[in-house]
Amino acid sequence: MVTHVWRRKLESACLPIAAVLASLVLFGIFCAVVGANPFEVYGSIWKAAFGRWTSFQNTLIRAAPLMLSALCTALPARLGLVIIGNEGALVVGGIGAVALGLGISTAPPLVVQIGMAIAAMVAGGLWIGAVGALRHYRAVNETISSLLLNYIAIALLNHLVGGPMRDPSSLNKPATYPIAAVNMLQSIPGTRVHWGLVYGLVACVIAYFLIQRTTFGFAARTAGGNIRAARIAGLPVGKLTVAICFLAGSCAGLAGMVEVAAVHGTANESLNAGYGYGGILVAFIARHNPLAAALVSVLVGGILASGGILQRTHGLPDATVLVFQGLVFLVVLYSESLYGKLPFFREKPAAMVAPPAPPPSPGQEPVVVS
Amino acid sequence: MTTVTSRPTTVELEKPPELEVLNMTKQFGSLVALDNVSLHLKPGTFHALLGENGAGKSTLVKCIMGFYMPTSGKVLIDKQTQTIASPRDAHKYGIGMVYQHFTSVPAMTVAENLVLSRYDSANVINWQREYEQLQTFMDTAPFQVPLDVPIAQLAAGQKQKLEILKQLYLKSKILILDEPTSVLTPGEADEVLGLIREEVTAGKLSVLMISHKFREVTAFVDEVTVLRKGKFAGHGFVKDLSVADMAEMMMGERREPNPVEKTIHPDPKAVLEIKEIHANKDNGIEAVCGVSLTVHSGEIVGIAGISGNGQRELVEVLAGQRVATSGQIVVSGSPYRATRAEMFKHKVFALPEEPLRNACVPHMTVAENMALRTFDRTPQSHGVLLILKAIRQMAQGLIQQFSVKTPSPETPISNLSGGNVQRAVLARELSAQHINLLIAANPCFGLDFAAVEFIHDQIVAARNQGVAVLLVSEDLDELLKLSDRIMVISGGEFVYESSIAEADFAAIGRSMAGH
Repeated sequence: MVTHVWRRKLESACLPIAAVLASLVLFGIFCAVVGANPFEVYGSIWKAAFGRWTSFQNTLIRAAPLMLSALCTALPARLGLVIIGNEGALVVGGIGAVALGLGISTAPPLVVQIGMAIAAMVAGGLWIGAVGALRHYRAVNETISSLLLNYIAIALLNHLVGGPMRDPSSLNKPATYPIAAVNMLQSIPGTRVHWGLVYGLVACVIAYFLIQRTTFGFAARTAGGNIRAARIAGLPVGKLTVAICFLAGSCAGLAGMVEVAAVHGTANESLNAGYGYGGILVAFIARHNPLAAALVSVLVGGILASGGILQRTHGLPDATVLVFQGLVFLVVLYSESLYGKLPFFREKPAAMVAPPAPPPSPGQEPVVVS
Repeated sequence: MTTVTSRPTTVELEKPPELEVLNMTKQFGSLVALDNVSLHLKPGTFHALLGENGAGKSTLVKCIMGFYMPTSGKVLIDKQTQTIASPRDAHKYGIGMVYQHFTSVPAMTVAENLVLSRYDSANVINWQREYEQLQTFMDTAPFQVPLDVPIAQLAAGQKQKLEILKQLYLKSKILILDEPTSVLTPGEADEVLGLIREEVTAGKLSVLMISHKFREVTAFVDEVTVLRKGKFAGHGFVKDLSVADMAEMMMGERREPNPVEKTIHPDPKAVLEIKEIHANKDNGIEAVCGVSLTVHSGEIVGIAGISGNGQRELVEVLAGQRVATSGQIVVSGSPYRATRAEMFKHKVFALPEEPLRNACVPHMTVAENMALRTFDRTPQSHGVLLILKAIRQMAQGLIQQFSVKTPSPETPISNLSGGNVQRAVLARELSAQHINLLIAANPCFGLDFAAVEFIHDQIVAARNQGVAVLLVSEDLDELLKLSDRIMVISGGEFVYESSIAEADFAAIGRSMAGH
């Protein structure tokens, strides 16, 4: 009774780990081809990402926005939607946070910070919520529309920081006016890591709870698993789609707020530094499980944090880590096709299963698990 | 048989081979699907393979066609033992099969599908030459289908003709037909089988047909072989056998149709009123063209019809899976739009066809699927929080009450067999304390005899308690057995209505065919 459950769980843990290891090997080959010693590169990545407390803090700083942006893909995935508009939602979230943070800069810092968070969540939520509405009411493919909205968001950012919101003193790198230092998110005491990490962890836990333990999550999983069954049960599929997409977008928007209010202090082009796309990677490695996404974010954050050291000690361009990231993504996507294929993880047939009726006609054979 | 003797030379040339199956056994794991079965198909005969669902008919023909490797036993063609490892091998020996479901590409034309079906397809197709050859073939074929029409525009009867033409085009001499008339009207079925019969009589073909319909067997078939529970149960010539004899071989013993016990309701109230409903198919073509209907409490209204005449779309509208383009649905006096709140308020439940596709979330557990109607009500939830323990407890109760065979409530429902998925859905839909309206569509499709009895009993029991039941089915016997009133849908409109006592079988058949 219990064995088939743990086999399934083991499978969903082992396959992503194996995929990451396989991509490490591929990346090693890549490094060898461009003339670096793969094992030294591995060592450097380890040292730069996890080796020392100071460097691990760098990793955590990068993991915070990744966690939030991963939820933008992971939540809609439970509804059966593939949304990759994380970057766009993150950017509009950042814009919203800056606009509000500058607008009410004289209010008490706590009010400003909460206001910025809410503004970012609303902006990001509306952004991806629109994708959900287009999907449900006009049958527009959500993957394509969310991808295209990324470009619109980035263009909007460039327009605003280059024009209406530009700080004239930002000369070679156009940016908005900076948020007052008192209104910035502080670091967690004793570390250099800002409170955004806590935002990310809390969001992941809430998301997990929402999907697994609430009636809303149950309805969303039903609609994601079989829309026809959801309709027969009278579930409001359209509202669920828009609501989940809004929540997803608001998580990514919050990531934008964290970047603006804790790292950059202004909105500028470094807002679209790839945390959105990194979030997609995180969500897929974590198999859209929000708790796993928190862990995987630390791993991917570590990879991103090691970009500098590869450049300094191995003479590799810092985009090399993006090659690694891409390899991980490809291998993880490939590993998705292996679920249920490996004999070891296959569910053992229960002893009491009644003999299945012989298949009625070709193409209709019931799957006989043996 | 006069034509045979009048044209001896051509018959000698085109004579179909003799096919013998000797002691064929096929096991799937521990299940013996076919147990030591033999069959002899003489050249130029029309042979029927009879048996109930699960008797092993399909397994036998799939072993002949090379889809399955038999566990033991052999196939003899013209007295020579041959190994058939794939349908391509079967084609080599002139054996071709027509499946229950159409196997043509809907977007391509008849000519393209015929060329596509060839085993020796070339890389470059000379269409002009192909068309000429196809036209010559069509001219000599027993029936014709226009060559340049896309499959999607053909009627069901024409599609089935095309499937058979495909086999003739491939020069198959032995045709295996798997319930070839299940999608046809009685008129179309007679036409198609009659034309095949002529080919057989002329000695050009041998036919092995899987069938459930005694009417067709007595009208067109020479010999029958009967299977029961995977074993050989009898063989004989149709001219020597009565329908009762054949039924006895199939069932094992004579079976009286169980009469259902119905109680009469003194005070029927209109529960479901459908007013001038119009609805479109997925492709935007109108499928339901203004139907009106009232179902009262304590009444089963049956809707008969050949599939594809709008009944699926009508059920989908009622179940909330499709939006009507116009018209109104009224349940217990108030307008009904199939929202969750309305379903709960009016106690509306549904048994859709293909439950795994229509009423279950395959990868979610049995327990979660059983909670689909109740997860947002106490005791299964408290505010927005799910109470997992209550969901599990209810599932355990229902699994026992409806004898659903599942390893555990936590097993994904897609791991269950079809009959058990059906039971799980039945448990969910019929276990509620109060039901006002039940919408059922082909609830017994593909189930074995015991499961069918069980579901019929449950539906009649619900009716006797005062539930209004709308039953849509392609099985006329089921409708005649259960319904209080029967309607026929054809071309998206109701074309026949009568109480069950006055139902005229012939008139129903004619209305179904659209006459």
